[in-house]
Amino acid sequence: MYAFNYHAPKTVRQAATLLAKNEEGKVLAGGQTLLPTMKQRLASPSALIDLNHAEGMTGIEQKGRNIVIGAMTRHVEVATSAVVKNAIPGLAALAEGIGDAAVRNRGTIGGSIANNDPAADYPSAALALNATIITNKRKITADEFFQGMFATALEEGEIIVKVSFPIPSKAAYEKFPNPASRYALVGVFVAKKGSDVRVAVTGAGSNGVFRSKECEAALASRFNAKALDGVKVAASGLNADMHASADYRAHLIPVMAKRAVEKATAK
Amino acid sequence: MSAKTGVGAPVLRKEDFRFITGKGQYTDDINRQDQAYAYFLRSPHAHANIKKLDISAAQKAPGVLGVLTGDDLAADKIGGLICGWMIHNKDGSPMKAGAHPALAQGKVRYVGDHVAVVIADTYAQAKDAAEKIIVDYQVLPAVVDMNKAKSAGAIHDVAPDNVVYDWHLGDKAATDAAFSKAKHVTKIDLVNNRLIPNAMEPRAAIGDFDSGTGVYTLYTTSQNPHVARLVLSAFVGIAPEHKLRVIAPDVGGGFGSKIFIYAEETVCVWASKKVGRPVKWTADRTEAFLSDAHGRDHISHAELALDDKGKILGLRVKTKANLGAYLSTFSSCVPTYLYAPLLSGQYDIPAIYAEVEGIYTTTAPVDAYRGAGRPEATFLIERIIEKAARETGSDPAMFRRKNFIKSFPHQTPVIMAYDTGNYTASLDLALEMADYKNFAKRKKDSAKNGKLRGIGFSAYIEACGIAPSAAVGSLGAGVGLWESAEIRVNPVGTVEVLTGSHSHGQGHETTFAQLVADRLGIDIDSVAVVHGDTDKVQFGMGTYGSRSGAVGMSAIVKAVDKVIAKGKKVAAYALEAAEKDIQFKDGRFSVAGTDKSLAFGEVALQAYIAHKFNGQDLEPGLKEGAFYDPTNFTFPSGVHICEVEIDPDTGTTDIVKWTAVDDFGNVINPMIVEGQVHGGIAQGVGQALLEGAHYNADGQLVTASYMDYTMPRADDLPSFDVGMTNTPCTTNPLGIKGCGEAGAIAAPPAVINAITDAVGHEDVPMPATPYAVWQACQKGARKLAAE
Repeated sequence: MYAFNYHAPKTVRQAATLLAKNEEGKVLAGGQTLLPTMKQRLASPSALIDLNHAEGMTGIEQKGRNIVIGAMTRHVEVATSAVVKNAIPGLAALAEGIGDAAVRNRGTIGGSIANNDPAADYPSAALALNATIITNKRKITADEFFQGMFATALEEGEIIVKVSFPIPSKAAYEKFPNPASRYALVGVFVAKKGSDVRVAVTGAGSNGVFRSKECEAALASRFNAKALDGVKVAASGLNADMHASADYRAHLIPVMAKRAVEKATAK
Repeated sequence: MSAKTGVGAPVLRKEDFRFITGKGQYTDDINRQDQAYAYFLRSPHAHANIKKLDISAAQKAPGVLGVLTGDDLAADKIGGLICGWMIHNKDGSPMKAGAHPALAQGKVRYVGDHVAVVIADTYAQAKDAAEKIIVDYQVLPAVVDMNKAKSAGAIHDVAPDNVVYDWHLGDKAATDAAFSKAKHVTKIDLVNNRLIPNAMEPRAAIGDFDSGTGVYTLYTTSQNPHVARLVLSAFVGIAPEHKLRVIAPDVGGGFGSKIFIYAEETVCVWASKKVGRPVKWTADRTEAFLSDAHGRDHISHAELALDDKGKILGLRVKTKANLGAYLSTFSSCVPTYLYAPLLSGQYDIPAIYAEVEGIYTTTAPVDAYRGAGRPEATFLIERIIEKAARETGSDPAMFRRKNFIKSFPHQTPVIMAYDTGNYTASLDLALEMADYKNFAKRKKDSAKNGKLRGIGFSAYIEACGIAPSAAVGSLGAGVGLWESAEIRVNPVGTVEVLTGSHSHGQGHETTFAQLVADRLGIDIDSVAVVHGDTDKVQFGMGTYGSRSGAVGMSAIVKAVDKVIAKGKKVAAYALEAAEKDIQFKDGRFSVAGTDKSLAFGEVALQAYIAHKFNGQDLEPGLKEGAFYDPTNFTFPSGVHICEVEIDPDTGTTDIVKWTAVDDFGNVINPMIVEGQVHGGIAQGVGQALLEGAHYNADGQLVTASYMDYTMPRADDLPSFDVGMTNTPCTTNPLGIKGCGEAGAIAAPPAVINAITDAVGHEDVPMPATPYAVWQACQKGARKLAAE
């Protein structure tokens, strides 16, 4: 790790000001990606602007037909929240499956979404649930927010404050883990809200999280696992590495989608 | 002494209190006054000439005490690292071993190779300074694929075709003759995947030169500190043995990878004199991945000849073994004398011929890893046996039973003479424990749930208790492989056991104390085990190849028996009786036919106060040493049965049942032995399902972290059903065979035989990841559709 300056702003506004002042600065949320990267000397920010002391960035509440989660809310809090478990059990289950206990105790929803790791779990939930990402400047829909591997709509000095998830009628996440890292090799989040069915896939796409048109089309008329029988997903645009070919990932997408639908529709 | 702590009792480990309360003293826990830190600049290229190495800026960086390179080694006449086992080619010529400098001398040969070392006040300063070293590399082609290595360009000038040796064992003519009579020949091509050891404690070293006495002390993560001292003295030339002390304190796992003498400890101990400060280095995990000696990495083709009744007539094997960029300490013997002599397995095979090519590649050195050659042999023989059974329509258990060696001693056609064994007994017990007779029903039940169920056998043998010195000497070993022990009895009767074995997870402090307490009839808490320090223990060959029990404890028993013999002399004087009338039993020396007796401690006191005898007749004191050189290897064996259920939609393999029946001969502590079995199976399952080192075509190690290298985790494994049979070894005084590698040897073929059974064809690689098994399922489905 190289030396850096450390700031602990008390408010999001202060954080934004510090971020503007420190061109090579980085926002520190849970640090589960940033700190290991810095330790390996692969990142060398001039300053860390630590959001862990900023007010009003944590907590989970139901606001009307939405679940609103503060950006600095830890995975463990989402996993164990009675509000989330009641309204969107699939989201709580997703949080419970992120990393290990140590990661869940530190990692945050805002950090995960802002980083947009192509194998992270949360982006699939945000995209499938049609979440709104609320920043210190504006509101961004998930469809606009995720713009490719590690790329988001966030602008310079923009900080995620909250994420708002519309409560679906049915939703679930199914992850096929990379055997080594246990990140998603293919993770599929399915959600149904009214007649709207959204299927978001993480881990598989060479350009980050994406919606599977094939699965969504099959499920639109009938939100039932059997509706996915015979559905084929194209391998083009999918990742290929030593752990899985694009074909294997393509094969796993409907398999995981099917299992997610089974989970979502189980009584 | 009570039955609760004697030989055969599951005594809780004495060392665990300090380990689980954080009181262990590992190398990195040790800090010397004014200690400085070393950082090694490593090659980012698999193969390159160093055109220019400019250290001037680094030398001036803050906190830097020294920047040392291969030129400094040469100037100080520090020799290269050695390979201690000479292998000869088929034509009798010696193997081609390239030089192995501790810091590069003009060329780097794998990613992670040592270019220079920076020593500074802090580790961070050393690392910062290393970034200021300018290296002008002339990049050369990487040599990664063994099949293309011969024409890829020389890694070492001495081996233009990158072949270290072309070696063989067995009778080619007899084997060809056996094949000419065969009614059926089973052929198989196998890759034994490359593994990275990943001991929990990374390697570490502290070199500490005392300018007052001229003595170097090296603290290091070693499985064999005396061998390290011998090599560093006699070959590398750091200092003569009496001026070099090597301490291997608590060591957190080795699995073979800490047998070897590496560049880092060599440099730390040498540099401590150069910079005039103790020098510490502790590997980070990435360095461990890059530079610990890796294991396995064979490509083999094998053929098995059968007669019309399914009896084996002969076995032919051709193996390419990856030795990496340099020959590590024992690397050359692993794919030769630790491999081919095991190819007879548990079977009566009249003729065997094996050819092995050792190949240089631009990858990390490959050396012994848990089992070392024996897992590779067992994987080969157990895979081809299984395939042969399938091809001939035989039940795999019956096929094995038919071909088992049934009378002992048995001379195989590949050196080994098995003293004893009862393979049928292990198989029978394993079949019963595994409920083999109801497997077909379980397979049907799985099919109803859309799952593929398979069962796989592994009837393994290994050669432990390494090894008779004269025998290994005749095969090219540079050392003898005996073990030494010393029993120091204190005046009040407590005992220190000094052993040349080294414990790095094996629990010697418990088992050795159990043995000695039992033998001397004293309390186990009155016995302390001392190891791992060349100043305390006279000499030792260390711990690997399950030799601590069969060889190390045999030496201890020899020394204990000498103590008892001396005690009888002392007791005779003290009890005023004839020595021939003194008996020793349950911790007391007594005069036969009388009620006169003395406890062991009382005799010890008499030995030290020496009031009852004079020094001309008997020396005072009670301390005895012994060297034990085994007369044969030991041959643990067993049968493991693995049952898997595969999800064909994802390729995920779930091990649903594991039966292990092992014959380790006599057992000192069954709890520790069972722990060894568990750990071994976990490592073997790791090889079969999870672990695989992968270099890309440029020679970059893709699996250089846990993000890509899959270590076995608890939820990858089932509970193990462990059973034991016991046919005591006939060639050592304790009847011990050894248990350290069994699981790692037995497991891989059991898993792959189960998976190939489940998916219906033989082409399943290791590691059998979900992706690989899914591909196999696709092929299996095509095959079924074609039928």
